[in-house]
Amino acid sequence: MFDSLNAETLARMQFAFTVSFHIIFPAFSIGLASYLAVLNALWLRTRDATYLTLFTYWKKIFAVAFGMGVVSGIVMSYQFGTNWSVFSDKTGPVLGPLMAYEVLSAFFLEAGFLGIMLFGRERVGDKLHMFATAMVAFGTLMSATWILSVNSWMQTPTGYSINALGQFVPEDWWAIVFNPSFPYRLVHMVLAAYLTTALVVGGVGGLHLLRNRTDAPARRMFSMAMWMLIIVAPLQILAGDFHGLNTLEHQPAKVMAMEGHYDSHPHGAPLILFGIPNPTEKRIDYAIEIPQLSSLILKHKWGAPLNGLDTIPDADEPPVAIVFWSFRVMVGLGMAMLGFGVWAAWRRYRGRLYDTPMLHRAAIVMGPMGFVAVLAGWVTTEVGRQPFTVYGVLRTSDSLAPVAAPAVAASLLAFIVVYFFVFGAGTFYLLRMMNKPAATPHLGLKDGPIRTAGSTQITQKHPDAHPSE
Amino acid sequence: MFELSFIWAGIIAFAVLTYVILDGFDLGVGILFPFADDEREKATMMNSIAPIWDGNETWLVLGGGGLFAVFPLAYAVVMPALYMPIILMLLALIFRGVAFEYRWRTKRWKPVWDVAFFGGSVVAAFMQGIALGALVQGIEYKDRAYAGGWWDWLSGFSVLTGLAVVIGYALLGSTWIILKTEGGLQRKMQGYARWLAVATLGFIGLASLLTPFQDPIYFHRWFNLPGSILSVLMPSAVLVTAWAFFSGLKADKDAQPFFAALVLFVLCFIGIGISFYPNIVPPSLTIKEAAAPESSLLFALVGTVVLVPMILAYTAYAYWVFRGKIDPDEGYH
Repeated sequence: MFDSLNAETLARMQFAFTVSFHIIFPAFSIGLASYLAVLNALWLRTRDATYLTLFTYWKKIFAVAFGMGVVSGIVMSYQFGTNWSVFSDKTGPVLGPLMAYEVLSAFFLEAGFLGIMLFGRERVGDKLHMFATAMVAFGTLMSATWILSVNSWMQTPTGYSINALGQFVPEDWWAIVFNPSFPYRLVHMVLAAYLTTALVVGGVGGLHLLRNRTDAPARRMFSMAMWMLIIVAPLQILAGDFHGLNTLEHQPAKVMAMEGHYDSHPHGAPLILFGIPNPTEKRIDYAIEIPQLSSLILKHKWGAPLNGLDTIPDADEPPVAIVFWSFRVMVGLGMAMLGFGVWAAWRRYRGRLYDTPMLHRAAIVMGPMGFVAVLAGWVTTEVGRQPFTVYGVLRTSDSLAPVAAPAVAASLLAFIVVYFFVFGAGTFYLLRMMNKPAATPHLGLKDGPIRTAGSTQITQKHPDAHPSE
Repeated sequence: MFELSFIWAGIIAFAVLTYVILDGFDLGVGILFPFADDEREKATMMNSIAPIWDGNETWLVLGGGGLFAVFPLAYAVVMPALYMPIILMLLALIFRGVAFEYRWRTKRWKPVWDVAFFGGSVVAAFMQGIALGALVQGIEYKDRAYAGGWWDWLSGFSVLTGLAVVIGYALLGSTWIILKTEGGLQRKMQGYARWLAVATLGFIGLASLLTPFQDPIYFHRWFNLPGSILSVLMPSAVLVTAWAFFSGLKADKDAQPFFAALVLFVLCFIGIGISFYPNIVPPSLTIKEAAAPESSLLFALVGTVVLVPMILAYTAYAYWVFRGKIDPDEGYH
C-alpha cells in the first residue's frame, strides 16, 4: 500500500486536497455574490428594511468565505508550477492565457470592488455601492467562466497542435475557449453554485424559523431560498443530463466508469442503481439493475448498444470505484434537493411554508448538501479524466515536476495541518455567525469600542434598518 | 517591430513591481503589528489596509498566472527550484489573509489571529526575499526542467535578501501608517521609519556590493562601460531619494516618506532588471527562450492592453474612496 505513495501519488493527493478545499468557497461565494446583488437591488427598489438586514447579515458571512477563497486560490495558481511543472511547460501556452484572463477580468474586479461593497456604502452612495456589489457578482461569474474553460479544455482538448518541444500550441482560440464540454460544464457548475447557496440560505432560514417563526428576515430568506431551489433543482438535473450525454460523446470511458459498465451491452445496457465495483474481477458485485434504462438515458433508445470498459485498454481506464460512487452521491443528492424543493413548494401552496417544523429541520440537514454534491461531482469528472491530465493526449504520469517524494509529502502534510486548522476555524466562525439571527446588530462580538462603532455603522445611519430590534 | 516576448517581459516586470510595492506596504503593516500599543492602534492599522489588501495580493496571482501564460518554461523551472520558499510563502499568506476577518469574529482567539497576522506577514516577506536572492544567484536547468538540488535556494546571500525585504516592507508599512493616521500612532511610526530607512539603505548597499560577485555576468555588466555609468547613476538616485525621504520625515510630511520609500523600491527593482537582462531566469534562461509561442503571447496581450488600464483605473478609484486618515471608530466589523 505505502509503496504506491510515490511522488506522483502524493502530488495528486496534494492537488486533490487543495483544490477540494478551495472549490468549497467559490461554490458558495459565486451564489452568495449574486444573492447579495439581488438583496441590495431589492432594498434600493423597495426600501423594505428586511432586505437591508439580510444584505448586511450575508455580507459579513460572504467576507469571511471570500477571504478563505482568495487565500486558498493563490495556492492553486502556484501549485501548477511546484508539483506539475512539466504539465505547466507543455500546456502553459494554451491554458496560461485563459488563466491570465481570469485574473485580469475576474480577480481584480472582485478584489477592486469588494472593499467598496463591504466598507464603502457611506462613502460612495447607494448607486455606486450597488454598482460595486454587481461588479463583485459579475467577477465571480467571470472567474467561473474562465476556469471552467480551462478545466473543460483538459477534458476535451481542441484547437491546438503540438510543437517539437512537446508543447501544446494554440491554433484556434475560439475552439480552445469554447471547447466541446465547456458550455455544459459551465452551466452545470454555475447552477450548482446557486443551488449550494440556496441550500445554505435555506438551512439558516430554517434554523431561525424553528426558533421563532415570526422572525421576518428568516422568513424572507427561507422563502427566497425555496423559490430558488424549486427553479434551479430541476434545471440542474436537466443540465446534468445534457452534460452526461456530452461526456458520453467525448469521454466514453468516464461514463462507463460512472455507470459501472465493465462489459459491453450490445442489446441495451441496464442502469446499475447500486452495487460494489470489483476492480480485480472487473464486474459489479451485488448489482441492483434496471434493464435497458441506461441505454434509455444515454441514447434515448430502447435496446441501444453501449460499450463497456472491456473496449478500453487497461492502461487508459479511470479508477472505476471512486467514479462509480461519487457519481451516485451526486445524483442521489440532486434528487433529494428536487424532492425537498417540491415539498417546500407544496407547503407554500398550502400556505404553511413558515409553519412546518419538519420542513425547517430538513432544510438544516440539506444545508451543507450542496457542498457534498459539488465535491462529488468534481471527483466524478476529475477522477474520470484519469489517467490523463489532458484527456487522451498527456498522461498524468508525464505531467509531474521533477520533485522528490519527501518534498511533496512534507508540503502535503503542511497543507493538511494548516488547512484543517485555518479553514476549520473559519468554518466555525461562519457557523457561529449563521447561528445568530439576521437582525443581530453585532454579528461577531457583543462589545469592544471599535466593533460597537463599526459593525452597526450602516444601521446607525439608517435607523429603520432593524425594525425587530 | 518589437519582439512580443520583450513586451511581455516588461508587463510581467510591471506586475511584479506593482505587487511588491502594494503588498509590500500591507505586509509591512503586518510586520509592525506587534508594535501597536493597544486594541485601538491595532484596529487602526488593520483597517488602514482592510479594503485594499486582497486587491494588492491579486498582483501576485497575476505574476504567477502571467508567468505560466507567457513564460511557461520559466514558470516550470522556477517553481520547483523555489519549492520550499514558495510553499512557505503561500501558507504564510493564508494565515495573514484570514486574520483580517477572523480576528473580529472571536474574543478568546483574537491573540492567536494577531500572531497569525504578524507571523504570516513576516514569513511571507522573508520568503519573497529568499526567492529573490536565490533567483539572483541563478537557477540551473537542463532539458526544460530544474536541475539543481532541494536546498540550493538557501544561502547566506538569500538570507540577506530575505532580511532586506522584511525590513524594506516594514519601512513601506511604517510610511503607509504615517500617511493614513495621525496622533500618537503616527509619531511612533515616524520614529520607526527613520531607523527602518537607515537599515534598508544599509541592506541595499550590502546587497548591491555582493550582487556583482554572484555571477561574472553581473560583474561585467556593472563594472564595464556602458554599465559602469549606471553604477554611478543608480547609487546617486538612491541617495537623492534617501534625502527626499529623510527631509520629508523631518518636515512632518504625510505622504513624502511613503512615496520616497516607494521610489527606493522602484530603483532597486530597476537595478535587478539591469542585472538580469536579457535573461528571465539567471544565469542562462533568456526571455526569448522561455516565451510561449507567438499566438499565446498575442492572444493574452490583446486582453492585457485593454484590461490592465481598466484595473489600474478602478484600483485607483478604490484607493481614492478610502483616502484620508483612518477614523479609528470607523470600519465595518
